[in-house]
Amino acid sequence: MPVDETLSRFSDWSYNTATLIYVLAMVFFAVEQAFGRAGRLRAERTAAPRRELVGAAASGPSDPASLTPTSNASGASATPPLTPAARRSTSRAARFGRMGVSLTVLAALLHLAALVLRGLATSRVPWGNMYEYMMAVCLIAVVTWLVVLRKYPSVRHLSAFVLLPVVVLLFIGGTMLYATAAPVQPALQSYWLIVHVAAAIVSSGMFLVPGVASVLYLMRAAHESNSSRFAKLAGHLPGRQVLDRVSYRTTVLAFPIYTFGVVCGAIWAEAAWGRFWGWDPKETVAFVAWVVYAAYLHARATAGWRGKPAAWINVTGFALIVFNLFFINLVTAGLHSYAGVG
Amino acid sequence: MTSDRQTETEPSAYRATPARRALAFIRNTWRGLTSMRTALILLFLLALAAMPGAMLPQRSLNEPKVREYIAEHGWWGELLDDLGFFAVYGSVWFAAIYLLLMISLVGCLAPRSVEYFRSMRAKPVLTPRNLSRLPHHATGTVAGDADDVFAAARSRLKGWRTTERDEGDGYKSISAEKGYLRETGNLLFHFAMLGLIIAFAVGKMVTYEGQVIVHADGSEFCNSGIYAYDSFNPGLRVDGTELTPFCVRVNDFEPTYTDIGQPIEYRADIEYSSGDDLATNTWRPYQLEVNEPLRTAGDRVYLLGHGFAPVFTVTFPNGEKRTKATQWRPADQTTLLSDGATKFDPPGITDSEQRRDKQLAVTGLFAPTPVFNGKILSSAGPRLTDPAVAVDIMRGDLGIDSGYGQSIFSIDQSQVEKGALERVARENLRVGESITLEDGTEVSFDGVRRWVSLQVSHDPTQVWVLGFAVAMLVGLALSLLVKRRRVWVRVAPAADVEGGGRTVVEVGGLARTDQAGYGDEFDEIAADLLNQDTRSP
Repeated sequence: MPVDETLSRFSDWSYNTATLIYVLAMVFFAVEQAFGRAGRLRAERTAAPRRELVGAAASGPSDPASLTPTSNASGASATPPLTPAARRSTSRAARFGRMGVSLTVLAALLHLAALVLRGLATSRVPWGNMYEYMMAVCLIAVVTWLVVLRKYPSVRHLSAFVLLPVVVLLFIGGTMLYATAAPVQPALQSYWLIVHVAAAIVSSGMFLVPGVASVLYLMRAAHESNSSRFAKLAGHLPGRQVLDRVSYRTTVLAFPIYTFGVVCGAIWAEAAWGRFWGWDPKETVAFVAWVVYAAYLHARATAGWRGKPAAWINVTGFALIVFNLFFINLVTAGLHSYAGVG
Repeated sequence: MTSDRQTETEPSAYRATPARRALAFIRNTWRGLTSMRTALILLFLLALAAMPGAMLPQRSLNEPKVREYIAEHGWWGELLDDLGFFAVYGSVWFAAIYLLLMISLVGCLAPRSVEYFRSMRAKPVLTPRNLSRLPHHATGTVAGDADDVFAAARSRLKGWRTTERDEGDGYKSISAEKGYLRETGNLLFHFAMLGLIIAFAVGKMVTYEGQVIVHADGSEFCNSGIYAYDSFNPGLRVDGTELTPFCVRVNDFEPTYTDIGQPIEYRADIEYSSGDDLATNTWRPYQLEVNEPLRTAGDRVYLLGHGFAPVFTVTFPNGEKRTKATQWRPADQTTLLSDGATKFDPPGITDSEQRRDKQLAVTGLFAPTPVFNGKILSSAGPRLTDPAVAVDIMRGDLGIDSGYGQSIFSIDQSQVEKGALERVARENLRVGESITLEDGTEVSFDGVRRWVSLQVSHDPTQVWVLGFAVAMLVGLALSLLVKRRRVWVRVAPAADVEGGGRTVVEVGGLARTDQAGYGDEFDEIAADLLNQDTRSP
């Protein structure tokens, strides 16, 4: 299996360009976040708890419909009237936000091109080492966020917070973990590489979004209980409900995919290593992260555990995913040592 | 609180007899154990307890590393060892957590299952009096007779579980509910998880795993008993007497590498014989590869690793020759620089005292692609290109007859320290080269053979684990993605319209789970029932 070095070089260029454009988009979003009055007003509006009289049957958190796109649109008309000057600055900041989205889409396309070219260069799926894995995870994270933006346009000015970890990961991937395009070792030559690793990538990438949203939730909550904390930042964040909902809905989609990934991993391990589960460090931490996300889903349905505790659990879950990626791949010696680093 | 006060005021009403107290204690413990709070805390404990297994070396994965860790950390290492931190998943505290969690799970599932079967037979709840208070609500007046509109609503709600009620005064309503699969999936997930854990536990009883090194020169291995293996890990109820009989013969092993020495493919050319074939001595060919284990007779044979066995011939002063190819172990997995010890007994000496003075061992390094840095041998890659060895020839008492077991890969260093074993030569050799010792003994390096390391695994329960895992996935997807939701429709003839023929329709909706996205579906239903154009402002 020869490696096409031209394609591999093009892939590297796309990767670097995409990273740079993400940085630029991040700046644009930061402008919107900092100067957009719309963001702050929206934050105030959504922060006010909406009480719904639903009768005896209402047991869960309050009505989800108030946060769906349709009601956002209708809610916009209820925004308090702005002075002309304020409206101008709002629209200018919003323009930055929209440009940021366009840039993000452009960068995501280049990002995708980098991944596809890498796959074409090596004639295999482009997730055979840690560099490629990180590239794919970041792409999924960005795509997930773009989907979230379609559903909840009101959180657009938060994009910088999502792009920040993406850019950091891409930078680490491109500098410290970079591996030249090469075929994979025999242990990885299996169709399970496609299924198992793809599921791991998709779920990990998706988990980044609730991880970030939960951090923002905690900042917002801290700000609400003491307005001097995160005063500059949290005042511009949307209400806790919105952040909680973004976290929950993304986690609920990512969790079954993650479970599927773990099950596929077990099936592959049975074929490659002689047992479906052997408490290899990677397996162990994957199991721990699974338990933590399961706890998140339960916590969110348990009185006294909603809100802040649940957000902490979600952040812990994502921290474990990152830990599993870096620490286990690079520090401990286990069977999953395919980083291709060093 | 209430019962306390009652006991004070009316001592006769409740007497805390020991039996009652015990009963109350059991009941409260049970309630506490099966509450969601406890389950959550147990989940965290489970997560926390599993972590050391990833952070500390584990006996089951790497015994030498555990010993190294304990030696390095002194009393701390010993304390960890006593507390079972090097065998986390078999430790008492880990077992305690998951057993409690299982009890908690059962305690949670049992009442929920009862509730589930009850709710499957129950009718959707009564239509609320005031539908406009629901989170989703729409109302309007449509053309048509109330009965026709009602029938239309009934057919629109096909697929929903419905009940109809005549509320009097011309009012009629439908209560409809959908998404029962959510709870079905939830229960399926949890029961399947329970099943998976049990299957896993049973597996730990009846499973076994054995590793063996077989030379790739037509050598055979038979799964006939523990003695045939180099290492053997039996399950708790396996004594090794009833292994499934089958035999494997390794004819050849050929790895493929890229130019820079990265492995692309490992393939062992084997034959196997199992079941009825054993009696007729029939052998079937198989290409054993890394992701392609041989599955036969309910067991699996894996290709785990490979290495080299340098062939040495010793020509003793009396002219007798002994040739041996002992496997050496790869010290570096990338370049396959290997180390080992090939041990020889002098021939023709019957007196054990004398023989022990003259035992020989060829020990040192083997490099498939040698690079010499001065006289130091290292390996540039895993491919076999003009291989070389850097060996010490040791003579004396190897300690083989001492009664202690010793590693096949090394000599007993304590014999060297005692002075019982002496180095008589040190040399780098390529294939065909030889050393002559001062007593006339000649040691020649004749070539190299390959060996493969095979693992035999036996686990009849893994199919069950797989089944339960799939059921868990299905249940999980259902319970997280299906929405439990209700819709109510109330119709009444419009009172203020002359001549009748107009009907007031009111629709209300409620998502019972905190899943967003019900709004769209509700809007569609409402639009269909209200014909949109006649919707009141």
